[in-house]
Amino acid sequence: MTVSLHMKVFLFCFLTLSVVSHAETFDVCASCDYITIKSAIEKAKDGDTITVRKGIYKETEIFVNRSLVIIGKDLPILHGENKQESIFAVEADNFIISGFKFVNVGMSYVKEIAGVFLSHCNNFSVKDNYFEDVFYAFIIHRSSYGIIENNHIQGQARDESSSGNGIHVWKCENIRIERNKIYGMRDGIYLEFVKKSVISDNHSIDNIRYGLHFMFSDHNEYHHNEFRTNGAGVAVMYSKFIDMHHNTFHFNWGMASYGLLLKEINDATIENNYFEQNTTGINIDGCNRIRYRSNHFVRNGWALKFTGGCYANVFEYNNFNFNAFDLAYNGRLNDNRFDGNYWSEYVGYDLDRNGIGDVPYRPVKLFSFIVNRTPETIILMRSLFIDIINFSEKVSPIFTPDALVDNHPIMKPIVW
Amino acid sequence: MIKILKYSFYDLMRSRWSYIYFLFYLILGFVLFFLNSDVNKAIITLLNIIIVLTPLIGTVFGIMYYYTSREFTELLLSQPLKRSTIFVGQYLGIVISLSLSLVVGLGIPFIAYGVTRSAAVWNFSSLLFIGAFLTFIFVALAYNIALTFNDKIKGFGFAILLWLVMAVIYDGLIMIVMMQYSDYPLDNFALAAVIFNPIDLSRILILLKLDISALLGYTGAVFQRFFGTSMGMIIAVSILSVWVILPLLRIISVARKKDF
Repeated sequence: MTVSLHMKVFLFCFLTLSVVSHAETFDVCASCDYITIKSAIEKAKDGDTITVRKGIYKETEIFVNRSLVIIGKDLPILHGENKQESIFAVEADNFIISGFKFVNVGMSYVKEIAGVFLSHCNNFSVKDNYFEDVFYAFIIHRSSYGIIENNHIQGQARDESSSGNGIHVWKCENIRIERNKIYGMRDGIYLEFVKKSVISDNHSIDNIRYGLHFMFSDHNEYHHNEFRTNGAGVAVMYSKFIDMHHNTFHFNWGMASYGLLLKEINDATIENNYFEQNTTGINIDGCNRIRYRSNHFVRNGWALKFTGGCYANVFEYNNFNFNAFDLAYNGRLNDNRFDGNYWSEYVGYDLDRNGIGDVPYRPVKLFSFIVNRTPETIILMRSLFIDIINFSEKVSPIFTPDALVDNHPIMKPIVW
Repeated sequence: MIKILKYSFYDLMRSRWSYIYFLFYLILGFVLFFLNSDVNKAIITLLNIIIVLTPLIGTVFGIMYYYTSREFTELLLSQPLKRSTIFVGQYLGIVISLSLSLVVGLGIPFIAYGVTRSAAVWNFSSLLFIGAFLTFIFVALAYNIALTFNDKIKGFGFAILLWLVMAVIYDGLIMIVMMQYSDYPLDNFALAAVIFNPIDLSRILILLKLDISALLGYTGAVFQRFFGTSMGMIIAVSILSVWVILPLLRIISVARKKDF
């Protein structure tokens, strides 16, 4: 039923557009009828196409309030001259902006200035653009059904106060952010009050704060993204029903870094992700009912670090390979379940050869337990004394809680 | 003194223990690279071995050498030689031969695998430097013990106990104190506690140079700020030097008064 309804709507639109209006094309270049993009937009009607030829256009505040297709041919440059103004400011439905290179968008401590500023937009697509030295690349307000695709964003963020985000989305629904590459901004992708959106196949690298930052955004999904060497990793905060899978979090290394920070997240699934060489793989703070499945934790400082009360989380079929600490937590670990994971430090045996170790594994080392109670004792790391107490605790556990065990540790790592 | 140093040195060089010690490091170095060609990781593994083993070997060698060469020492004492010359000469003989085993034994595999061309060369050389320093410290301490106790068994027992305290028990005590007073800010206490034990000080100095220092968190940042400055580095090296000089002075003064 719904499909046919969609078809009808589509056909209706198509017929209306093709019959009622004759879409025109406007060329913009130094020797064309229109030498500025603004002048072409003034003349254009809904449904028209504006083709911008190669050249440098020093225009800001290009205001779009109609359904236009604005296409750059041979990568025309839109130069912001570091003015306190956005380059494109759009408040329209059904439009496309693609094929431009945005440079020198000015920085401001009081105003939000972006290469592309979208507000109250529906059904749009912004794709195949390049952004260099921009304050914000995208700011998207109160919009829905949009796709931000295949943009290259390169910033030169130095500190958090004087830099902006790559893709900044606020109060939107049904947005898709796909195949973008974002370097050197403050947050690579920032979402606040965003619903039912999908973030996929992006590369967010060398951003000074977070690669991806979620705030108050429920029912979203992000997958197949790469987050590398960001200042503090990826932060997902105060959100429900988030689906995170097939992402790579690596080399987020430093005093205050982690692969993924979860703060007050409920009912999420985290599956098939790869965490490599982060100071902390996942920092879990007050999160409930999360399913962690088939994730790979390789050579992290801490693979998992619990802070604050976490209830009813399940960890199944994950690989824990060569992490300095597999697990650390504060207080009690309330009915969280570990089952069927692979632990590289497991030394048990498997007599019946069914692939499941016969002896339960306790992922918390005594030292990790002590460090969590008294963080300063971390200076004893790699001392002979620590090796001795860890070993004796392993042989006969006294301090680490009995409840925290993996009863079915698997003998061989899950193949990636 | 040079003559006695030379004699002790050649004596040890001829002994099979020096060779075993040298071969141990040589094989260790090659095995580490055979298993894992990452220089930085090899350095972390070596750190664990060096901060435990060099003090232990230094202590045991020092005390053994004193007791086995006792008769020869007595012979020397009957000659017109200053006592400080005899003992300091012997001390330097042991220390130089042990440090040489360490530096050459580990140096060969690391140079063979191209550490000089990698960025880790400074970490590696500071590791060797600290290993040699620990040898200087623990041989001096062992000689002190040997001079104090004429009884071989007692001397040996005390020497092992000394190593145990420095390498293991001291850290245990720090840990217990920290856990007891965990409500108070402990960063400065940790700094002070670490500075006064040469093994801990060496461990921290190396750790701060490596990647894993990020795991040390806030406390690590306090340490980094202290040891990162040239002042902190000077303090660290001078404390290690004090650990050599004070026992050495005691060797001289005890040897001068001792009735052999």
